[in-house]
Amino acid sequence: MMVATTENNPATEGMAARGRSPWADARRRFLRNKAAMFGLIILLFVAAFAIFGGLFSQWSNEELDYNVMGQVEQLGGPSFANGHYFGTDDLGRDLFARTVQGTQISLAVGVVGAIIAMVVGTLYGATAGYVGGRVDGIMMRTVDILMAVPYMFVLILMLVMYGRSITILFVGVGLISWMDMSRIVRGQTLSLKGREYVEAARATGVSAPIIILRHIVPNLLGVIAVYATLLVPLMILTESFISFLGLGVQEPMTSLGALISEGAGTIAYGTTWQLGFPLLFFCLTLFGFFFVGDGLRDALDPKDR
Amino acid sequence: MFSYILKRLAIAVPTLLLLIVISFLLMHSAPGGPFTAERELPPQVLANLNAKYGLDQPLWRQITSYVWGIVAHFDFGPSFVYKDRTVNQIIAQGFPITLTYGLLSFALAVIVGVSLGVAAAIRHNTLLDYIAVGLSIGAQVLPNFVMAPILVLIFTLWLGWLPGGGWQGPEYWILPVIALSTSFMASIARITRSSMLEVLTSNHIRTARAKGLPERRVILRHALKPAMLPVISYLGPAFVAMITGSVVVDIYFSTGGIGKAFVDSALNRDYAVMMGVTILMGALTILFNLVVDILYGWIDPKIRY
Repeated sequence: MMVATTENNPATEGMAARGRSPWADARRRFLRNKAAMFGLIILLFVAAFAIFGGLFSQWSNEELDYNVMGQVEQLGGPSFANGHYFGTDDLGRDLFARTVQGTQISLAVGVVGAIIAMVVGTLYGATAGYVGGRVDGIMMRTVDILMAVPYMFVLILMLVMYGRSITILFVGVGLISWMDMSRIVRGQTLSLKGREYVEAARATGVSAPIIILRHIVPNLLGVIAVYATLLVPLMILTESFISFLGLGVQEPMTSLGALISEGAGTIAYGTTWQLGFPLLFFCLTLFGFFFVGDGLRDALDPKDR
Repeated sequence: MFSYILKRLAIAVPTLLLLIVISFLLMHSAPGGPFTAERELPPQVLANLNAKYGLDQPLWRQITSYVWGIVAHFDFGPSFVYKDRTVNQIIAQGFPITLTYGLLSFALAVIVGVSLGVAAAIRHNTLLDYIAVGLSIGAQVLPNFVMAPILVLIFTLWLGWLPGGGWQGPEYWILPVIALSTSFMASIARITRSSMLEVLTSNHIRTARAKGLPERRVILRHALKPAMLPVISYLGPAFVAMITGSVVVDIYFSTGGIGKAFVDSALNRDYAVMMGVTILMGALTILFNLVVDILYGWIDPKIRY
């Protein structure tokens, strides 16, 4: 993690005397990474589409356009004349409005799922690493065992048992993916807990939970941020997979996975736009997160380069 | 070596038991029993049904007899929805199909992925390398549920070369196998390439070249084996993801495989079938991880048992 170089290079000659924080270093590395900046622009575009797209839509996501209904193949294509910028689906609902909503839900599942996985994984890993010894052994062996379980099946089982609500989907997606995070955090904690400032805290009588929260976790934020960003697309993939099977979000709500599923089911009728537009936003979102995540990793976690 | 295998088995067996118990408890704690239908059943009928399926027994008896049935007789019990069929019959019908295209996809992903990765590493920074890298980045955002409709659109609807669904002969296998293997092929190619590049700069390769071995022999005899280690450790998660992906393939291509039975049972709340499939897939995963571990221990000289 410690990469604050003190050598002078031409770009920073003027401020050499002030020195640079590791964060400033990381920001500079990130801004210079073309793929990451490209990913960031894509993500901003997708986010803007999800947040402000609704303002431009002339139809709501539930309204049926009776003019188009029944002849979607001829009349339902993308057109500015009737306000269906992305066309309509097979029921005559506006695909633009539905894609906006699908993107919102997919982004939300991704971010919330990643946050849940991040919090659980960080606390679990930091505890195991800090306490150490036999507790650590048992906790990490449990993670090993849990990693071998095919989670998609258990998640679907959960969704069916407890009703297919969006809350269960959000929580479930997060709860099945904290294991990798906990391993990474544990490893980092092991290397941090021998540091002097942790020893000092312990010597002054600070309790273990406070040391973990105040002294260990803040120093792991860089690593955590990187892996959380890389978790988001995986969460979106998981949710889309479940929605593709028709087991995820329920009508009238939709997600990109559910829209791709609808589009995939109707391509035989020649309504390719129903597949194309959701697919485009799905791929853009994943690309954006992968590129930004890789860029953050290069910027914040340079040992991994 | 023997004690190493025993140690791995000591993890595998409790994992499997844990999976069975987790899915059983999930099922048991679900609100509403399997027979809470739209139509209210007379209490006597409900009691008889519960007695027939053993649901009136105390929880621990249910669990032990369920586990015992699976372990001793390989018997997953009767289906809750189809009165005349057992879970075993449902699984036996779909499993051979899933296994066929699953193994083909796995073999294709490994063979093509490794070859592409090695070729890209040998021809580092040439056109071939760039094409391989580009393909593997692109395929990251093309999971099976995205590939499936795209392939059907191109090869079935536009070109009319291949059937887009069904399971009647080898030509029906092609699209499912490609759809399932693409993203794994890409990951394997990426991992192989970077690990091969690293191995090719190591000392033993320099020695092998210095003593005048032909390049072909250097690659195949000396570089390939150590370069395979990260690939092998990726095979475990890839196998899980592929098993999960087979559900999408079964649904979208109507192959009649086991995934269809799983999703149908999820929609019908046929808990017995869901659990049976989950446990079978879990057992396969655990078995495969065991094989991967043994393979890893055999190839990597650094692992001491």
